[in-house]
Amino acid sequence: MAHHKENFVSKYIFSMDHKMISKQFLITGMFMGAIAMILSAVFRAHLENPESGIITPDEYLALVTIHGTIMVFFVLTGGLSGTFANLLIPLQIGARDMASGFLNMLSYWFFFLSCVVMLLSFVPFIAEGGAASSGWTIYPPLSANPDFISGSGMGMTLWLISMTLFIISSLLGGLNYVVTILNLRTKGMSMSRLPLTMWALFVTAILGVLSFPVLLSAALLLVFDRSMGTSFYLSDLYVAGQGLLDNDGGSPVLFQHLFWFLGHPEVYIVLLPALGITSEIIATNSRKPIFGYKAMVASILAIGFLSFIVWGHHMFITGMNPFLGSVFVFTTLLIAIPSGIKVFNYITTIWRGNLQLTPAMLFSLALVSTFITGGLTGLILGDSALDINVHDTYFVVAHFHIVMGLSAIFGMLAGVYHWFPRMFGRLMNNKLGYVHFWLTFICAYGTFFPMHFLGMAGLPRRYYDNSAYEGFNQLLEINEVVSFFAITGAFVQLIFFFNFFYSIYRGRKSSQNPWKSNTLEWTAPIDKQLHGNWPGEIPSVYRWPYDYSKPGKKQDFVPQNVPLSKGEEEH
Amino acid sequence: MDFILKGIIFLLVAIIIFQMVRTIELSSKLSGGKDEITDKSNNINGWISLLFGVGYMVFFYLQVKWWNNLTLQKPAAEHGVPIDKLWDTTMGLILIVCLLLQPILFFFIWKYRGNKKRTASFITHNNKLEIFWTAIPTAVLSVLIFFGLSVWADVTKKPSDEALVIELYARQFDWTARYAGSDNILGAAHVGAIHEDIDNPSANNPLGVMTTSTLLKQIESIENTIIKDSIALEKEHNIVNKNLIESRLKDNIERRNRYQANFYSLDSIALSYGEDDILIPSGAGKLVLPVNKEVLLKFRSQDVIHSAYLPHFRVQMNCVPGLSTQFAFTPTITTKDYQVYLNDTTFAYILLCNKICGNSHYNMYMEVEVVEEDAYEDWLSNQIELKNQN
Repeated sequence: MAHHKENFVSKYIFSMDHKMISKQFLITGMFMGAIAMILSAVFRAHLENPESGIITPDEYLALVTIHGTIMVFFVLTGGLSGTFANLLIPLQIGARDMASGFLNMLSYWFFFLSCVVMLLSFVPFIAEGGAASSGWTIYPPLSANPDFISGSGMGMTLWLISMTLFIISSLLGGLNYVVTILNLRTKGMSMSRLPLTMWALFVTAILGVLSFPVLLSAALLLVFDRSMGTSFYLSDLYVAGQGLLDNDGGSPVLFQHLFWFLGHPEVYIVLLPALGITSEIIATNSRKPIFGYKAMVASILAIGFLSFIVWGHHMFITGMNPFLGSVFVFTTLLIAIPSGIKVFNYITTIWRGNLQLTPAMLFSLALVSTFITGGLTGLILGDSALDINVHDTYFVVAHFHIVMGLSAIFGMLAGVYHWFPRMFGRLMNNKLGYVHFWLTFICAYGTFFPMHFLGMAGLPRRYYDNSAYEGFNQLLEINEVVSFFAITGAFVQLIFFFNFFYSIYRGRKSSQNPWKSNTLEWTAPIDKQLHGNWPGEIPSVYRWPYDYSKPGKKQDFVPQNVPLSKGEEEH
Repeated sequence: MDFILKGIIFLLVAIIIFQMVRTIELSSKLSGGKDEITDKSNNINGWISLLFGVGYMVFFYLQVKWWNNLTLQKPAAEHGVPIDKLWDTTMGLILIVCLLLQPILFFFIWKYRGNKKRTASFITHNNKLEIFWTAIPTAVLSVLIFFGLSVWADVTKKPSDEALVIELYARQFDWTARYAGSDNILGAAHVGAIHEDIDNPSANNPLGVMTTSTLLKQIESIENTIIKDSIALEKEHNIVNKNLIESRLKDNIERRNRYQANFYSLDSIALSYGEDDILIPSGAGKLVLPVNKEVLLKFRSQDVIHSAYLPHFRVQMNCVPGLSTQFAFTPTITTKDYQVYLNDTTFAYILLCNKICGNSHYNMYMEVEVVEEDAYEDWLSNQIELKNQN
């Protein structure tokens, strides 16, 4: 590979090296994550003491909307997939870089732009009327007309522009990931020898490429409705004082179908990379092969496929035909089967292992725990008859924060601790990692577990305060517990941020393969971040990535590029 | 002030955490930076895991103990009984699985915590085991799906013809209940027939119900405005005011034509259905329901999507502008009886909005009262029918 002379701009800003782009994604994602977390700390402080009036109802709705948007799209889609797909795909399959370094660079810069546009929503003189505030799902007609809520003015316009840029970024990235994994695998790296991270990121990218365009068209039609007088989503509207809206004859439910056709695969776009990352980390640190590799791959594929035919479970009570609801109940509950297989296989992997409890390993195991806790309540929400009474209550908030929010964040943090030496050639401080992990884990459950009870008491989500109904007054004590853990949990992340940035410059130098891992990324030199990854030839692959503690071997790991010895069978 | 103080405290805490973290970092540097995973660190984290597993169970238990009485109690509607039975079954299953797997997970973390002397077993897969734990969930889920769908079919089945018809009309940020009156048929209604005039409130038609009396009244009212504006227009010389009046005039003529078209689009029988409808806005009354009688709620919205949520009855349905939705149920417990059951004389059923609908979303509610049938008839006979409203 030709090496150009690198200057500051081409190395750090408009870089086409996948490793640099992954760092850009990570740090941007962390920055956005910090903002989303601060937003949540503010509205949790408010909910703990609604009378204090630190925010107005309009501001409250803007905060929850932008918190959700940033977390789902910018942190857990852009930040998670962007970071680890970029870092790991070329390194783990044995490629010099992505199929197209240029598109990859564009993918990051569109992501960056979309972040900037989203943050402009908070600049008062730009977004008159405040940031978008109709919930992260932006259902029209609420999002279609500023007469309904002030955030549906400039704030919503910025939201839509930002999301369009984000989708472009995601498509450029996704296509690149798919093509790279299919075409650039090194010699011997058959699909059945891919590490599970690769399988997860591969399926994630396919989901994104197939579903994000649908969100783009949904957003585009909403733009038309907002500014060009069409009425794809609008019908029979009476705007106070002015009479009928000019446009008429559309269906608000149409938007929900389009939105959730992306929205549900999106859940797995967020979750699958985390599952892939932890599969890798758990196997490595258990010093044991992942249990049931084929079943793990099959369940990733099954989850990916099913995620496209379950979107209606978000819409049981929209007035959708009850029969259609039945179909979605059936497909939704089926997802429990591959999810269950994954959980059982994780647990069997650590069974009779030799667990190296690094911070990355602990976060991975925490993912297994939250995936169980949060996944199980899905059985209730996916069942239309039960959904009637908990739909849009705090029960839903508890469910998706635990199964998708926590699991994905834990997966992401696990990934950061594990591959930090691969990114920066230095180690993060373990002691700080332990403190960070345990406090985060405790606060996470402390925040979201009690929310189940709020939901079972019938408390709707997105309520500025609960004083409307006498019966909700006593729920304040639960809200206080939730707020305490949420705000403490937010502060605990300072430890992580400190550890991260401090270790980039001052962390202990890492050895070449600090976790004694089998995958190829540890064969490329980590002290020099070469553009092209390997100084000499690309290594060839002779075995699967999970030969840990294989009997008859001197060491408890055998990297993928080590040829089979005489008479040795491949696992 | 309180907020600023809290902010300062948080800032100080943040600085303290930051400094503490720096100290730990520096001290580990001084001690030679031995940062590898040691048997000791595995040991400590293994034990904390075990402790966490125990803590998880204790926390679980305490929450149920503290807060279970705050959750919704027995259903006040007929279809709520099978729903709650399904809930209990599913929840029971969830608890069993969760309280089995979590302890196993944390126990394994402790049991197999790493140690220099130990070697992990090389186990790649076990087809029998994997088929076993695919088959078991599949079987259990089949039962759940079957059970769930039969309850769903029951809840969404066609209501009987005798069901009491009531419309719940949603707008930012209140509810209006429209009882169908003695004929039990709701008069036709459309946003295009909504009429609001501050100067002549007696002709107001907030729900756009189309009856002979409402439409004639609002046509008359708007014609008066048109005449007034036409006269004003001739007298007015200021061009700005003139334009203003002109556009208002144009608007009102259009509106009058629409009302007239509404009037002629329906025959006299259709126009009569709404005459005995009764309107109860949430600001001025409660949604009163007779006990043990099937109620068919029909939902309409004039602006954004709202959701009619009656948690005690296990009822929820979205109110979508341009789409008519409905939900039928039979209340089985009067408010009084439920108060006795809860031992709380202040208890009241409630109708909440449960779909984000604007800045006063949290304030959009209506009290619901379930009474004996004769009390209901009494109450109803005291309400004013649309044709007599002025």
